[in-house]
Amino acid sequence: MLKRFAGWWLAGPATLAVLVFLILPVAATIATTFGEDGGIFAPYIAFFNSGFRRTVLWRTIEISLATTAISLVVGFLTAYVVSKSPGKLKSLLIIAAVFPLLTGVVVRSFAWLIILGKNGILNNFLVGIGAISEPLSMLYTQGSVIVAMVYLFVPLMILTLVGVLENIPDDVVQASSSLGATPAATFRQVILPLAVPGLIVGAVLVFTGSFTAYATPQLLGGERQMVMGTLMYQRAMVSFDWVGASTIAAIMVVITVAVVLAMSRVARRLNPMAT
Amino acid sequence: MMTSRINPLLILFTVLVYIFLMGPLIIVLGASVSDTTYLTFPPQGLTLRWFENIFEISAFKRTIITSLELAFLATGLALLIGIPAAYALNRYRIKLPSWLSTVFVLPILVPEIVLGFSLLKSVAVGMQTPIFLTLLVGHMLLVLPYCVRVVSASLASFDFSIEEAAVSLGSPPVKTFFTIVLPNVRSGVIAAFILAFITSINDVSTSLFLTGPGVSTLPIQILAHVEQFFDPTIASVSVLLMLLTVAVMSIVERTLGLTFLAK
Repeated sequence: MLKRFAGWWLAGPATLAVLVFLILPVAATIATTFGEDGGIFAPYIAFFNSGFRRTVLWRTIEISLATTAISLVVGFLTAYVVSKSPGKLKSLLIIAAVFPLLTGVVVRSFAWLIILGKNGILNNFLVGIGAISEPLSMLYTQGSVIVAMVYLFVPLMILTLVGVLENIPDDVVQASSSLGATPAATFRQVILPLAVPGLIVGAVLVFTGSFTAYATPQLLGGERQMVMGTLMYQRAMVSFDWVGASTIAAIMVVITVAVVLAMSRVARRLNPMAT
Repeated sequence: MMTSRINPLLILFTVLVYIFLMGPLIIVLGASVSDTTYLTFPPQGLTLRWFENIFEISAFKRTIITSLELAFLATGLALLIGIPAAYALNRYRIKLPSWLSTVFVLPILVPEIVLGFSLLKSVAVGMQTPIFLTLLVGHMLLVLPYCVRVVSASLASFDFSIEEAAVSLGSPPVKTFFTIVLPNVRSGVIAAFILAFITSINDVSTSLFLTGPGVSTLPIQILAHVEQFFDPTIASVSVLLMLLTVAVMSIVERTLGLTFLAK
């Protein structure tokens, strides 16, 4: 008996913990949005009928898409150079990407508060060189949130893609150039397609991460640039509208799961190495 | 590795990216030692009084202790239940249903902020659990996937026939696990511990809804402090957290080699 179920005994506590403290509470949160008077979709109808909340959802999508696109380009080009660097330099560059990654979100967002503030470093510098006469208000704009989010996710993208690029066999690259392809053509026609699955993994991580972010938009966007995460907090803890907050939570879960599932399907289809 | 020529423009671009990555952290470091009451860079004068100030603000002292306790306990608990689960997933793969390994991916699919809010509703309010205990549950779930996946990855390359050999020679199964299996996946366990610890210490989204009067974590306290004061104390707390990162990276370097981080 004990032996037959040994696997279950060992995996049991962890499985139970996820079931009781993750699946059930999250399911309960989502369930409360369907039991309201005024029809089963009432909280969702209320959400999408509110112009303000629609703006917040749209803004969150915009910020997340911009962050993902910029991080992809910056991360991919940097990872390419890192993966081609000689041994010592490469480890140094990897350490320099790991360090910010392991430093917390709050610290990294706070740094941008010092840089972009009204009396911040960037304003002082621009006034100092005479480029502008009055300090600009850069904080609490969509741009400031995007810059800080890109800062947050570029290290993750670099590290993900260095791994992917290193796994591309040298033979295919050499074959391409020995058949007469220019370095640019090899990059576009051989390396890029082979990196697509990795790019998709990176994009999913960045998109879902920015879509559900709280600390960065709170610090750099404030109330003026409210996103789904900050709106959810405000509904729950300031307005005590728990159904409203649960509705936002449910929308976040649905979008996260949909993006992960859709992109993993796309990744499988686009993988040129898959047979 | 073949070193083909790289476009100089690309190299310039990479240099700029690394300035972008390092610059803000250097600015925080500079601002933390500035002898001014406001945040500025380059620092004007040199002082360590903002570091002393951290320990004069009782909220910081308290939350630093809470965050450390939480990170150690949550990581410990997650390893305690995560290592057996990872072992079972590898050792009894055929006997266990295939969806079981998916269970441990679920916490990644659920946004952290949603986990925190749901725990507030169902556990803290629903079951009247003390706030620290709810925080602990939240952090344990937050780091459990790392523990299971990282330990699982190193068990995947473990040859279970070594274990069978020990058992067939008369070693009791539990003793075999501790003397044969665990030492062989040591690097995986260390890596899992470090990843989990640093994730817990830095977490905002899960903790956000799970802090209350008297109990808060350091990152949440920093967020609250920034909204009221804009003095270099926050910069010096940030530097403390960066030092922790350096400590963690040097532990990884000593035990596993830094190339490990590149994987």
